[in-house]
Amino acid sequence: MKNCDLVIIGGGPAGLAAAVAAHDAGVKDLVILEREPTLGGILNQCIHNGFGLHTFKEELTGPEYAARFEQMAYDRNLNYKLGSTVINVTKDRVVTYVSEEEGLQKISAKAVILTCGCRERPRGAINIPGARAAGIFSAGTAQKLVNIQGLMPGKEVVILGSGDIGLIMARRMTFEGAKVKAVVELMPYSSGLNRNIVQCLNDFNIPLKFSHTVVDIKATDGRVSSVVIAQVDDKLRPIMETAEEIACDTLLLSVGLLPENELASYADVEISPITNGAIVDDRMMTSVEGIFECGNVLHVHDLVDYVSEESAHAGRCAASYILSQNSKVTGYVPTVGTNGVRYVVPQKIAKNDSVEPISLRMRVGNVYKNVEIAVLLDGEKVASRKKQIVTPGEMETIVLNSEIVAKVKIGKQLEVTLNVGGTK
Amino acid sequence: MYDVLIVGAGVVGSAVARELSRYSLSVAVVEKEYDVAMGTSKANSGIVHAGFDAKTGTNKAIYNVLGARMYPKLAEELDFPYRENGALVLCFEESGRGKLNELLEQGKRNGVSGLSILDGDEVRAMEPNVSDKVVAALYAQTSAIVSPYEMTVALAENACDNGVEFLLGQKVSHIKKSKLGFDVKLSDRTVSAKVVVNCAGVYADELYNGLTGRQQIKIVPRKGEYCLLDKKCGSLTDKTLFQLPSNMGKGVLVAPTTHGNIIVGPSANDVSDKDDIDTTMEALNSVFDTAMLSVPTLSRRNIITQFAGLRAHSEGGDFIIGESDVANFYNVAGIESPGLTAAPAIAVDVAEEIAARLNADKKPNFNPTRRGIPCFAKMSDSEREQLIAKNPLYGKIVCRCENVTEGEIVDSIRRPLGATDLDGVKRRTRAGMGRCQMGFCTPRIMEILARELNVDATKITKYGKGSHVVLGRTE
Repeated sequence: MKNCDLVIIGGGPAGLAAAVAAHDAGVKDLVILEREPTLGGILNQCIHNGFGLHTFKEELTGPEYAARFEQMAYDRNLNYKLGSTVINVTKDRVVTYVSEEEGLQKISAKAVILTCGCRERPRGAINIPGARAAGIFSAGTAQKLVNIQGLMPGKEVVILGSGDIGLIMARRMTFEGAKVKAVVELMPYSSGLNRNIVQCLNDFNIPLKFSHTVVDIKATDGRVSSVVIAQVDDKLRPIMETAEEIACDTLLLSVGLLPENELASYADVEISPITNGAIVDDRMMTSVEGIFECGNVLHVHDLVDYVSEESAHAGRCAASYILSQNSKVTGYVPTVGTNGVRYVVPQKIAKNDSVEPISLRMRVGNVYKNVEIAVLLDGEKVASRKKQIVTPGEMETIVLNSEIVAKVKIGKQLEVTLNVGGTK
Repeated sequence: MYDVLIVGAGVVGSAVARELSRYSLSVAVVEKEYDVAMGTSKANSGIVHAGFDAKTGTNKAIYNVLGARMYPKLAEELDFPYRENGALVLCFEESGRGKLNELLEQGKRNGVSGLSILDGDEVRAMEPNVSDKVVAALYAQTSAIVSPYEMTVALAENACDNGVEFLLGQKVSHIKKSKLGFDVKLSDRTVSAKVVVNCAGVYADELYNGLTGRQQIKIVPRKGEYCLLDKKCGSLTDKTLFQLPSNMGKGVLVAPTTHGNIIVGPSANDVSDKDDIDTTMEALNSVFDTAMLSVPTLSRRNIITQFAGLRAHSEGGDFIIGESDVANFYNVAGIESPGLTAAPAIAVDVAEEIAARLNADKKPNFNPTRRGIPCFAKMSDSEREQLIAKNPLYGKIVCRCENVTEGEIVDSIRRPLGATDLDGVKRRTRAGMGRCQMGFCTPRIMEILARELNVDATKITKYGKGSHVVLGRTE
C-alpha cells in the first residue's frame, strides 16, 4: 500500500479547485483520481456558455472553464490519474481504486476530499408509469450523446422537469433540428435559473407548463410514441380530467440531481437527508476525521463558480488539517435553517483558533418575494441580505466575517431565517 | 428438418432445450424477440418456491418440489446467482393461523422439508423489520432466490454450447401438420420438425389453438408489477416475506434479490393485451402499500425502477404439460408461478419423453457446465487484482453504480447467444441495473456494443428491432 498526504476523488471542477488550493497551501504530496479518460468532469459535455462570470469575469463554455483549472493543475505539476475508478474508501482513509494500467491499488491518505459530483434522478425514482421503451433519457445522458458522441436522442421531444440541464437541452435539441414540444414542470415554479428559462425556452417559443406532470408513456415498436401529461393539484396529485396526449419520440427527464455519496457511505460518513450530501463543518470536513467533501457531491450547486470557490476552501482546510496549522477542534456550533430556509451548508461550525470568514450556503424551499435573509446568533441578527426574490433554484450565500466568526462560541446556535415582506 | 423445434426461449423453452441437448437430436429454439428471457422470465419475483403453496397432486405441486431440489446443482453447473435464503408467510390476524397450518400440512404432503410455524416475536427475531402486527408465520427454510433472466441465459447458452440452434427474432406465423411432422412458418423462413414443443408463454394458446383450429386452451395474461429498491435498503429483509395467499396468487412479497436489492411486488391484474407490460400508477401504489404491511419502514424514496411481467395463467389453473391430442406436439403451457421453480424438472420429463419417442440416445460428450461472466463487484480485492492482470479491461469500470467493468461487458457480447443490445448487456452483467439506471453508462455501452458488433452506434437498440436508442447523428 502506498501513502499519500491527500487523495482527491474526482477530477471535475470541485476536485481541480480543491487540489490547486491544497497545493498552494503547502500540500505537495497529493493525487487526483478521475474515473473518466479526461479531467474536467461534467463540464466537458456542457458546451454552452455562461460559466465563469464570477470566477473569471467572462463568459466561458464548460470545457473552457474546465481548461482554466486544468491548466492551473498542469502549471503546478499536480499528480493525477485518469481512468481510475475508486471502489472503496474506509473511515481510516484507505482508498482503493482500479484502472486498466495499474490494476487494483490502495493508498493510505492523511486526508481525503470527496469530489464525486452528482447524478440525475432516473425515471424509476419518480415512478412515471407507462411503457418501458427506448427514447427515455435523463437530460444529462442526452446531453452527452449530442455533445460528445454526436448522436441524436430523438426528433420530437417532451422534457419533464425544468432543472437547468433540462432547459439547456431544450435549446440544444432545438439547435440540432429537433422539435421540443413542451417542458413540463411538476411544481408551480422552475428549479432552474431564470436566465435559462429566458434564453433556452422563451427565445424559442417552447411552452413551459407549470404544475403539470407526465402520467403515462406510450410506445410503438419499442420506441416512445407519445406521452400523456396532466395538471396536478396543490398536493401534486395529477388531475386526470386535464390529461393531454403529446405525440413525441423522446422524453427527457430533468427531475433533480442527487449527490453521489456511495463512497462516503462506505466510509461511514454521516449523510444529510435534506441535501443527500455529507454533513460537514465549516472546514468541509465530514463526520469522519480527515474526510472532506465539496462541490455537487456535498450539495447540488447552480453555478460552477460556487463549486470552485467552495472546493478551494475545502482544499485549503484539508491542507491546514494535514499540516496541523490550527489548534484542535474543541466543539461545534450548529447552523440551522428556519422559516423557509431548507438547508444550510455547512451544518456546523468547528471551533478552534481559526477566525477565517465563513460562507454559509443555503437554499429556500419555495419562491419568496421581498425577503431578508438573516443570520441570527442566539437570536441576535449578525448578518443579513435583502433580496427581491429567492427561489429554490438559486443558491444563496452569506459570508460571516472574522469579527462575527470570533463571536460564534460553543453552546450558541446560528440560525439562518427568512423575513418575508420586511425585516424582523 | 429438425428433430425438435421449441417455440419460445424463456426459462421453460431454454430448460427444455438444455435437457434435449443431452440427447443425439437436432434441436432448434425459435423466439420472436431478439434475446432469450424476454417475456415472463425477465420480469418475475425470482423465487425458488419451497413447494407448500400448490394443491397436493397437481402438476404445480409435483414439479415445484422436484424443481426446487434441482436448483443447487443446476446453479453450480451453470454458474447463475442462486441463494437459499428461506421464506416467511406472514399472518396478521389470529384468525389466519388456521390457514398457516393448512399450508404447513399441504407442504408436508407435497414433500417439502424444513417447514415450521413461528410466532410473531420469533419472526421479528429473525427479521427485525417485519411489522409488529404479524402474529405468526410459516417459515420455509428451503425457499430460495434466483436471478431468473441470468438463469435463462445460462440454460440457453449451455444448450447452445451443446448444439442447440437458436433462431432469434423469428415469430411463428403459422404451423401445420405435415407428413413427417410439422411445417412452421417463421418471420423470414419456414422450418420443419418432427416434434414441436410449445413453450410460448402467454402465446401458448394461440400456437396450439392455431394448429388444431379449436379453442382448446386459454392463457390469460396476468400482469404483475414490481418495484425495485436501492441496494442501500438491502438489509431490510434477508428472508422472502410473503403474505397469506389469495386466489389471485401468492400476494405481494418483499424479498432480497440475488444481487442485494429489495424487490416488492407483484400486483395481479388480468389483461387482454399479451404485450401489455406497461406499469401503472394504481398497481404500483397498491403494491407498495400492501408491502408496507409486511415491512412498514419501506420507503418510496428508495425505488430505483419499476417493471411489469405477464404470468401465463391457464384457465384450468394447473400447468399443461405433455403431448397434446396432436401427435408429436407437446404443450408446456400455463407455466405461471411456481413455474420458474418447476421449469428444470418439467424439462427433464418432457425431454425424456421426446427422446424416447424419437429413439434418441444420450450424447457421450454432453457438457453440463457453463462458465458465467465473472462478477467484478462480488470479488475480493485479490481476485480483482488477478483478473485485471490477465485482462486489463477488468480495470475499466463502465457502470459506476454496480461496478461493472468493460471486461464483463465484452464477455457478455462475445459468447454464444451473446448480448446484442443495451438490455441484453444489462441482464447479463448488471450494467445499468443500479441507482442511476443507465444514466451514465448508456453512451459507453453503446460504444462498446458498436465496436464489438462492428456496427454504427445509431444501429444499437434497447431491446431489438425498432427500439433504437438514438435516431441518427447530429448535423
